[in-house]
Amino acid sequence: MGTYTLRRLLFAVPTLLFISLVIFLLLDLAPSDPTANLPLTIPPEVRQKIRESLGLGEPIHIRYLLWCKQFFINEPLNVVEALLGAGDSERLRVLSWQTRSPVVDLIVERLPQTLWVVGLSYVIGVLIAIPIGIISAYRQYSWFDQIGTFVSTVGFSVPTFFTGVLLIVVFSVGLGWFPSIYDTTHRVTDWSSFLVQARQMAMPVFVLALYNAAQISRFMRSSMLENLNQDYVRTARGKGFHERRILFVHVLRNSMIPVVTIIALGVPQVFGGAIITEQIFKVNGLGQLLIVAIQGGDLPTVQTLTFIFAGLIVTFNLVADILYGVLDPTIRYDQR
Amino acid sequence: MTSARRGTWAQFRTHRGAVIGAGILLIAAFAVLFGPHLWSIDPHLIDIRARNQGISFAHPLGADRLGRDTLARMLAGGRVSLAVAGAAMGLALSLGAVIGVASGYFRRLDGPLMRLTDLFLALPLLPLLLVIIALFRDALRAAFGPETGIFILIASVIGATSWMKTARIVRGEVLALKEREFVLASGALGAPAGRLIFRHILPGVISPIMISAALGVGDAIITESALSFLGLGFPPDFPTWGRLLYDSTDYLQQYPGRVLWPGLAISLTVLSINYVGDGLRDALDPRTRG
Amino acid sequence: MKTAFTLIIAIFSLYVAPAAHAARGADGHLRIIYWQAPSTMNPYLSGGTKEIEAASLVLEPLARYDQNGNMKPWLAERVPTLENGGVSKDLRTITWKLKGGLKWADGTPVTSKDVVFTWKYCTHPQGGCSQSEKYNDVKNVEALDALTVRVTFGIAKPFPYGPFVGAQAPIIQAAQFADCLGARAPRCTDANFKPVGTGPFSVAEFRPNDVISFVANSNYRDPARPAFARVTFKGGGDATAAARSVLETGEFDYAWNLQLAPDVLANMKKAGKGVVISSFGTLVERIVVNLTNPASRLGKERSTAKHPHPFLSDPSVRKALSMAIDRKLLVEIGYGPAGRPTCNILPAPAIYKSTANDGCLMQDIPGANKLLDAAGWKRGSGGVRMKNGVKLSILYQTSTNAVRQDFQALIKQWWSKIGVETELRNISASVFFGGDPASGDTFQKFQADVQMYANNFDGTDPESYMANWACKEAPRPATQWQGNNVPRYCDKAYDALIAKMARAGALKERARLARAMNDMLMQAYVLIPLVDRGRVSAHAKTLGGVVLNTWDSELWNIADWRRVK
Repeated sequence: MGTYTLRRLLFAVPTLLFISLVIFLLLDLAPSDPTANLPLTIPPEVRQKIRESLGLGEPIHIRYLLWCKQFFINEPLNVVEALLGAGDSERLRVLSWQTRSPVVDLIVERLPQTLWVVGLSYVIGVLIAIPIGIISAYRQYSWFDQIGTFVSTVGFSVPTFFTGVLLIVVFSVGLGWFPSIYDTTHRVTDWSSFLVQARQMAMPVFVLALYNAAQISRFMRSSMLENLNQDYVRTARGKGFHERRILFVHVLRNSMIPVVTIIALGVPQVFGGAIITEQIFKVNGLGQLLIVAIQGGDLPTVQTLTFIFAGLIVTFNLVADILYGVLDPTIRYDQR
Repeated sequence: MTSARRGTWAQFRTHRGAVIGAGILLIAAFAVLFGPHLWSIDPHLIDIRARNQGISFAHPLGADRLGRDTLARMLAGGRVSLAVAGAAMGLALSLGAVIGVASGYFRRLDGPLMRLTDLFLALPLLPLLLVIIALFRDALRAAFGPETGIFILIASVIGATSWMKTARIVRGEVLALKEREFVLASGALGAPAGRLIFRHILPGVISPIMISAALGVGDAIITESALSFLGLGFPPDFPTWGRLLYDSTDYLQQYPGRVLWPGLAISLTVLSINYVGDGLRDALDPRTRG
Repeated sequence: MKTAFTLIIAIFSLYVAPAAHAARGADGHLRIIYWQAPSTMNPYLSGGTKEIEAASLVLEPLARYDQNGNMKPWLAERVPTLENGGVSKDLRTITWKLKGGLKWADGTPVTSKDVVFTWKYCTHPQGGCSQSEKYNDVKNVEALDALTVRVTFGIAKPFPYGPFVGAQAPIIQAAQFADCLGARAPRCTDANFKPVGTGPFSVAEFRPNDVISFVANSNYRDPARPAFARVTFKGGGDATAAARSVLETGEFDYAWNLQLAPDVLANMKKAGKGVVISSFGTLVERIVVNLTNPASRLGKERSTAKHPHPFLSDPSVRKALSMAIDRKLLVEIGYGPAGRPTCNILPAPAIYKSTANDGCLMQDIPGANKLLDAAGWKRGSGGVRMKNGVKLSILYQTSTNAVRQDFQALIKQWWSKIGVETELRNISASVFFGGDPASGDTFQKFQADVQMYANNFDGTDPESYMANWACKEAPRPATQWQGNNVPRYCDKAYDALIAKMARAGALKERARLARAMNDMLMQAYVLIPLVDRGRVSAHAKTLGGVVLNTWDSELWNIADWRRVK
């Protein structure tokens, strides 16, 4: 497993470079214009000047190499220098076209709300989904299973743009319990400000947790069912092993492979933000940053965000592959 | 072989949820195929006097903000939504299953196929769609006419961008399955890879595939409507369930009924596929069949 | 005794209350929501409306427009004119004098050097300044003394109020931006996010594309203002949610640009928490007719003047399309009180408004049918009219927007009644309005028969707006498909009127010329105006002093806003 991990890590570097190139070419090919959102009163000549000032006049390979240099060399150097306390303001960082400020700073600014809302809802979703999946499978077709199936189906078939608005209409407009607009400047300093934070997070976290839990619990349930019917369970029962031990040690462990896959696929998406939910509750996290950048033709921001996203995908899929081996030691990747 | 198939069907029939689910799917298919002939109001017809009308004899499900008949739009919309969702899901599942099985079973393919999956997962969806549409819209329109062309385009776009999850899950399952004793034993007895895959591997991964199907249908219906907002889908006056749901969200407080119908239709479809999937899994599993 | 005491207290409080009320910062916290979030506070780096309006709390111009479109001195003592000698006889110079004693938020005095610097900043060739058009034809800006600035134009400028006027062209502080000229502009993140201004508020924290926190400017010229101590300017989401937060939940005090279906807005208003306000400017929703052939078989030459449109080059077809439209119903469904039917592409200010085309206000389907019959367009299969094998079959495109899609559906039905078949297409706004020459879906490329969008002009002078339809403005391959003459209209008589207006100094004559140009366009039916669109915003009932202004920033008089009971 060690050599496999090492090989995958080494291979990840060219993979990611290739992915970054593909993303760059794709973004270049897609119709986009950084001046698209400006009022029509701004004349075409001025728009052309704006595009040139953003460096759009350069040929594509120059722009790609420039981004690589800014992102892979200048940004890490900048972090190192910031840690050492020395600054070199002349070094060109990856600049967003919309805000004309460093993209990495924007991402750092957005991380807290994304982690609070999207991350927490993911953790909650997983924590709910796994027990629900286990119980539903163990007591297949019981009322618990039926309700679980129904709720989870509603959870992933009704889109978040609808559930979000429904919650706002009921709980913000009707009952006035929760705010409909998330305040990103709110700081948690004491108990009462924590309550404020909890109230403003309640609805978006609920919407996203429901959606995540619905998906994961379905996979958990089916995988458990699959394993409960395996011969080894019958053998173990026949040998008189304790039921709880069979369930939690053998069945659960063997059932985790698809669930681990799904969870690992979902973690990068946490960092990708939840575009629609963020938009509805005005959370303004990474998802909103990405969509605003795409709409505004802000290529450096889209490129950087997507690339970080790609890095997380490659990492977490590797983590999943390693976990497979831990969960089921018969799985081998080494070339024979 | 026929007896095995009959056994599967008998087993499927004992699963009440699956039978009801299949029934609902059949009714939905029937309704969207033949409904527009029975309920012959043109879904595009604007009748300003019927604006925002509630349930009435002339409009059993009411009329929308331009006075278009909601029932006619639901029927016409269902045809598009179900067709797109079915085709897109079929494509995504086949792609996902093939890539998943291939990379899980054949060690040599694992690396390249999974890196391809990583790449697809990483690509930003919106610009990708814009590029695909810009490249192929006019060609497909010319070859198949505006509606069929757009249909092929949308179904393949949704399918081609949503197979990755299935592929990853199937691969994970296959990696574990192929080391099980019964598979190893068949392999040792000299069974060819193709037969091994069809006999032992595929039945083992059918349940995650079915769940992906249920998840995929709901997603595909919504994605289709998202595409038409980007101007990448069907023309804007073309009703689809996703679009009807989105359009009526603003009127949630005033006309809650308008949100109910498309929401119900989507949820029922997904729920039915869920149960059918459950039934299928039970029916195909040789052990439960006994 | 007791009553007398109460009386005294009552009188005293009556006397004191307004005074206490008028103190700076006495009204606490003001919350504003814009459903599009500002990306920067520097309006010269992003010309978007949201950035311009956010910046208007901090940065101010020499003069701006009030709610009636009249020019008002702002940082200047008065508006220079020919009459008061501020504008020279040859129309080549304008001399502005700053108010005395003005201070930047950091306490330093505002001088004419700042004004000169602003010009240099925006006209630097590598700066990519979004408002450089405002400084067109400016040859020189010089400081005559500490408070006096003279702007010299290269040509005679009958309307010399481009530079330093309106929310688009405010004065920035020379000291802060000195190192930010040209290519260095984007590196000055601090200055761009927290510009030092003269306005009633200063930026305390700027979170790009999210939220801005402002505090009252302690050096603001009026010691009693602003009434609010803090402003939170939240961005993002959608118009429905913004309207809801003011009208239904009361979380915010002011919501901007609520382009929503009128019945949705009316329903929200019932909650009783807020007021919907609207005001009209020059924004006209119009259908643009393609006078050139957009057929894809023409390749690079599609939608260019080389190939006239197979049927839209026939004026009677264009006229019939306009006659078939019921503008009143469009307004009722799409805009309610925030729209009015219009037959002009230039609907305001009042002196420019023509009345020659008002016949279009009445829908006339029989008349349109008669016109088409007379022009030889005969009904063919499916009721679609034909002539010489050419079918009246239209591709009608617009940007994605709920109201526009409703309009498309309605108009499609009306056109079907006059034997015109319509295919609808909607395009994501960021692509449609984007100028990417590689994309076929932009409004300039116009690969459709007709398209719908809205346009207006800054300020009150229509000269550059009316010049949009000059022959040379047509988008074509030679201009990388840039240009404002989207219908590809070309008439020498029209170009002559443009040239005349560029020389005319007297307001009356300018108005006459503008009206004549408007009438030419309208009577040629190259643009089919639909709705004169007002701006709709909403404010809480507890917010006073709001005067909606469509000629300048909506937040132009935020210094006067206050809390009311």
